[in-house]
Amino acid sequence: MKTPESCESCPVHHKANLQKLGLNLDNTDFVLALAGNPNTGKSTVFNNLTGLRQHTGNWPGKTVSRAEGAFSYNDRRYKMVDLPGTYSLLSTSTDEEVARNFILFGKPDVTVIVADATRLERNLNLTLQILEITDRAVLCLNMMDEARRSVLDIDLRQLSKSLGIPVIPAAARSREGMESLLKAIEDVATGAYKCRPHRLQTRSPKLKHALDNLSQQLEKKFPGLPNLKWVALRLLEGDNSIIEAMRSGELQRIQESNPEIIS
Amino acid sequence: MESIEKDKEIEDLLSAANAARWELGVNFHDTIIESIYADASRIAKSAVSQKGSNNAYEKDLKIDRIITSRWLGFPIMLLLLALVFWLTVAGANVPSAFLASILIDGVHPWLKTGAASLGFPWWLSGILLDGAYLSMAWVISVMLPPMAIFFPLFTLLEDLGYLPRVAFNMDNLFRKAGAHGKQALTMSMGFGCNAAGVIAARVIDSPRERLIAIITNNFSLCNGRWPTQILIATIFIGGLVPAGWAGLVSAGAVVGIAVLGIGFSLLVSWGLSHSVLKGEASSFSLELPPYRPPRVLQTLYTSLLDRTLFVLWRAVVFAVPAGMVIWGVANIEVNDLSLAEHIINATNPAALLFGLNGVIILAYIIAIPANEIVIPTILMLTVLSSNMAGTGSGSGVMFELESVTDTANLLKSGGWTALTGINLMLFSLLHNPCSTTIYTIYKETHSLKWTLVSTFLPIVLGLIVCFFTTQIWFLLT
Repeated sequence: MKTPESCESCPVHHKANLQKLGLNLDNTDFVLALAGNPNTGKSTVFNNLTGLRQHTGNWPGKTVSRAEGAFSYNDRRYKMVDLPGTYSLLSTSTDEEVARNFILFGKPDVTVIVADATRLERNLNLTLQILEITDRAVLCLNMMDEARRSVLDIDLRQLSKSLGIPVIPAAARSREGMESLLKAIEDVATGAYKCRPHRLQTRSPKLKHALDNLSQQLEKKFPGLPNLKWVALRLLEGDNSIIEAMRSGELQRIQESNPEIIS
Repeated sequence: MESIEKDKEIEDLLSAANAARWELGVNFHDTIIESIYADASRIAKSAVSQKGSNNAYEKDLKIDRIITSRWLGFPIMLLLLALVFWLTVAGANVPSAFLASILIDGVHPWLKTGAASLGFPWWLSGILLDGAYLSMAWVISVMLPPMAIFFPLFTLLEDLGYLPRVAFNMDNLFRKAGAHGKQALTMSMGFGCNAAGVIAARVIDSPRERLIAIITNNFSLCNGRWPTQILIATIFIGGLVPAGWAGLVSAGAVVGIAVLGIGFSLLVSWGLSHSVLKGEASSFSLELPPYRPPRVLQTLYTSLLDRTLFVLWRAVVFAVPAGMVIWGVANIEVNDLSLAEHIINATNPAALLFGLNGVIILAYIIAIPANEIVIPTILMLTVLSSNMAGTGSGSGVMFELESVTDTANLLKSGGWTALTGINLMLFSLLHNPCSTTIYTIYKETHSLKWTLVSTFLPIVLGLIVCFFTTQIWFLLT
């Protein structure tokens, strides 16, 4: 009679422990950000987990601002924020700013990156940018059904090793992989899985020096501010929204750990 | 004192950043991007391998070569749109008649009897039941069935992945007009409902191009206007040709009006982007996603809830007070004539210059809340102004005649000609958006000025087009 125990040790078993809470955002234990390229099925993942009915469709750009929903899994309550789909975090368009600011200053406990398995290279561009600004992330490799249709073979362990975060294969349209995704989110959120995110090697020593210098000054001015390196980089690039946030004192308020003010 | 000192620290930090930027030179941003791309490429290559040939992708590519081809792209698009509209129009007839028979023929007399037995004064039962209730019943029975067919069909096309291809086909035309290629998407949404199309313009980033998309959305014939187009085309255009050709010719006339609308959309976009909204069309990369088998049940569920009921609810909210107004102007009498007759008589001479008549003008004023109620209002006002006894159910009561022939006879005896019909079709395309859409435009743009432009620009265009149509018609006949 071994069967029950082995079932219990399998993450699939815990699917029964998923409770979709919809818009009930009270007393959540963890905050999740849902990011990814446009048209990768973020909203479908969001709907699957929260039970909400964000409009989905097969064309890019449906999620214009962020949407929030909640679920509970293994007695822990999660708030999930669906961010607009973006190809990068480096430009100044509104949707990228919304996504960037939330990952930077919303202090999500886990950032769930949804990627299109059939267009991995392009999706990794965003993934790497996200890994620059957050330590805890899970890659949901969506559209595995499409990848199989295109006879693509993806070495998930190799990918996970290169990125330093859990990689979960999924096909959100048919709810495939959602159980393993929940388990991976839980592991990263509770610290059971320690991410060692891939970081870019700064090739220019001059740049490294300038970034270190600025980060130190920032640290002194705003102790406890998350993602010092990234803020320093934005300052180097002359990003007006960050400069404004500094001048108006918004950055201080962020640092006083109120994740809600930037939207 | 402390805050000033703090500010100084921040300014020091910023000037340190500025100095470092000069030192690093302009290329450091590119260096970062390059290293991201190099790493992404390396990681992807180490994890992904292609086993055998990618048939699925090649199949998608083959379909795309046809659907987005230079020659076949547009005909396929028009055929698909025509098919969707034909299914909508043909499929909506029966449920519309069914709903109307329940809500208008069944419930309404019953409510009237109930009100009479409860001792309601005539004006109260008139304004509530003949005004508010009937207009609501009309909007539901005329609007719900076509929307419940159109929105799911449209969402299925969207789920399949066809919409990005439409945008791809139209992109060139819109770019030449100085607008954004994604305006093709918002325009298509406008064929369902202009308010939905205006909201959909959020997908366009540049404020200039978004504004153009919002202003020109009204040139997409919306659901509320299709019934008017089809009825009037059947009576006046179909009537011009032998009976065997009537169906095809009147359907062609409706598609012609829709294409004319697309033409106006491009023309006005061009005009705006070369005058008050000057600027270059911004480029965007449009991904053609893989074709996917649509999820039928889920599509039905979300399109019915998110789109159909949402739009219907707003229409009902606006139609109820409009019904009261219709009843009011038809029943409040000044100097032995109702307000409605006064307005019709006053606007008739001017309206005739544009090939319209006072009834149409008044109907469009009353029907600002919802285009759906234009036809019933016109019929009601025609009966009223020509004092025809024995038709309809009394003054100020909206009704629908049993058959197209009845409607035709009524309109013709009210002095309507083929020219009036053609002009009504043109004016139905080119007039102010309904109040729901106007309100949505204001909410999306936060600008009174652009809301007014969006409202009055189509009216001015409509009057110009109707005027010239009328003058040419008189020259030729």
